[in-house]
Amino acid sequence: MSTTLQFFTPKASNSKGAIFIDTGISAGFPSPADDFRETRISLDEELITNKEATFFAKVSGQSMIGAGLDDNDLLVIDRSLEPENNRIAVCFLDGEFTVKRLKVSNNEVWLQPENPDYPSIKITEENDFIIWGIVTSVIKKV
Amino acid sequence: MYALVDCNNFYASCERVFNPSLQGKPIAILSNNDGCVIARSDEAKALDLPMGAPIFKWENFCKQQKIEILSSNYPLYGDMSARVMKILEQFTPDVEVYSIDEAFLEFKGFDAYDFDAYGKVIRKRILKWTGILTCVGVAPSKALSKVANKIARKFPKETNGVYVIDSEEKRIKALKWTKVENIWGIGRQLQKRLHIKGCKTAYDFTQLSDNWVRKNMSITEWKLKKDLEGIPTITLEVKEAKRSIATTRSFENTYSDIENIKERISTFATSCAEKLRAQNSSCHMIIVMLRSNRYQKNSEQHSASKTVIFPYPTDSTLSISNAAVEAVKTIFKDGIDYKKAGVIVTGLVPTDTHQLNLFLHENPKHKPLMSTIDHLNKKFKADKIKLASQDLQRTWKMKQEHLSPKYTTKLNDIITVK
Repeated sequence: MSTTLQFFTPKASNSKGAIFIDTGISAGFPSPADDFRETRISLDEELITNKEATFFAKVSGQSMIGAGLDDNDLLVIDRSLEPENNRIAVCFLDGEFTVKRLKVSNNEVWLQPENPDYPSIKITEENDFIIWGIVTSVIKKV
Repeated sequence: MYALVDCNNFYASCERVFNPSLQGKPIAILSNNDGCVIARSDEAKALDLPMGAPIFKWENFCKQQKIEILSSNYPLYGDMSARVMKILEQFTPDVEVYSIDEAFLEFKGFDAYDFDAYGKVIRKRILKWTGILTCVGVAPSKALSKVANKIARKFPKETNGVYVIDSEEKRIKALKWTKVENIWGIGRQLQKRLHIKGCKTAYDFTQLSDNWVRKNMSITEWKLKKDLEGIPTITLEVKEAKRSIATTRSFENTYSDIENIKERISTFATSCAEKLRAQNSSCHMIIVMLRSNRYQKNSEQHSASKTVIFPYPTDSTLSISNAAVEAVKTIFKDGIDYKKAGVIVTGLVPTDTHQLNLFLHENPKHKPLMSTIDHLNKKFKADKIKLASQDLQRTWKMKQEHLSPKYTTKLNDIITVK
């Protein structure tokens, strides 16, 4: 068996020799914070765990006000999560998108609003129904 | 092993994710500027709406058959495509994005895998996460994975959208099922020659002698033959910069005066130059083309193109636009109603590594000027800085009368839930 050697070429560095120390050396103390520098808080990283499966939607109406979802709030939706009892889901029901709490019991699926003025909806065979994604966060302007 | 993952009716599927009421309905998607049909859902195909149908001719047909017409929403399709491709990278590090809706995957060191099960996992994940339905074909070579994919697509019930060619028996059966005209990469001219040679199926093609294929066809077809024989020969293409960039458009109306044509060409050239700089390439050559309205049968037809070769590679809007405008002047004919024009830049080289020319080079002032223009246009999110040869008043508006919202790229366009 022949042996082949694989050659690697070092990657040329862009810096031209000396390293520039931006905190300065001669005058005064270096910043005591330099050793503790961290990346800034990113809301994207905080609110989105699965970028490829995450979509946004806007709330219209008051049906989920009890869960803190007001008119015009922004929803973060993760499609990769499994629909489970008690999760808030964006569903497509008979021609329109709706957001409700999922209630699954005894082989029945209910969409439960969080506002006493709205009725719970039982999903039956006749419904055109898709669970589109699971709501993970709500972003609201104050 | 290789896999080809192909999204089913991709554009229509993207629209359906955000408008599920289109599920099961016939959909036709139009080209830029709402010219002709470029994508159809299965239901629209079943109604015999042809691919490429000019919409002004078929609008009534679509109305009668209740075919939903949509303008192409490339920001949406592009974003959904990026999501699908990113998910594919979770299954193997070796992914070749072949087009907006298909990708080849290579599985190195996956010998003991159950590819049928793996294919189903791929399919399920893409569907769940993005709402896009795919088909997966797995085989020992790229060309065979393409064949396997066709089988998965053609027989959804039997295959569940995944087909694996993992035996000689399956390979031969699949090739006998594949007609010559459906082999990946066999164009019309070659089809004719293969038909004369008596080849009806991909299997017949593999039965030709290597010598004959080498002599009568090119290395590409020889590689294809090896691939179809199950000997992987066509390799995965790593991502590289595009080899040519084109901006071509049909006009809303026709133009018969040189001034309007010059303005359009200058704008298309500007767009090409911007795309060049975005991928850090320069071009050696530009092709300018002009065409009259093919559907206006009673008026004089004219179609021409002109190639200009630069003495040095350039990515400067000024140089490319000037050359394009000069070129179009030479092919323009009076008295013709022009409907379509385009600029193609090709012979691309990386901007930072190209060979210098001793006597001629790009004006060094262009480089900082171009980066400033790019920066400003990006900052103001519109083409605020234009060349004087472009019309300042005009903001070229694409005809998009049936455009769906940009659900994933514009905050104001996201879906509303009650």
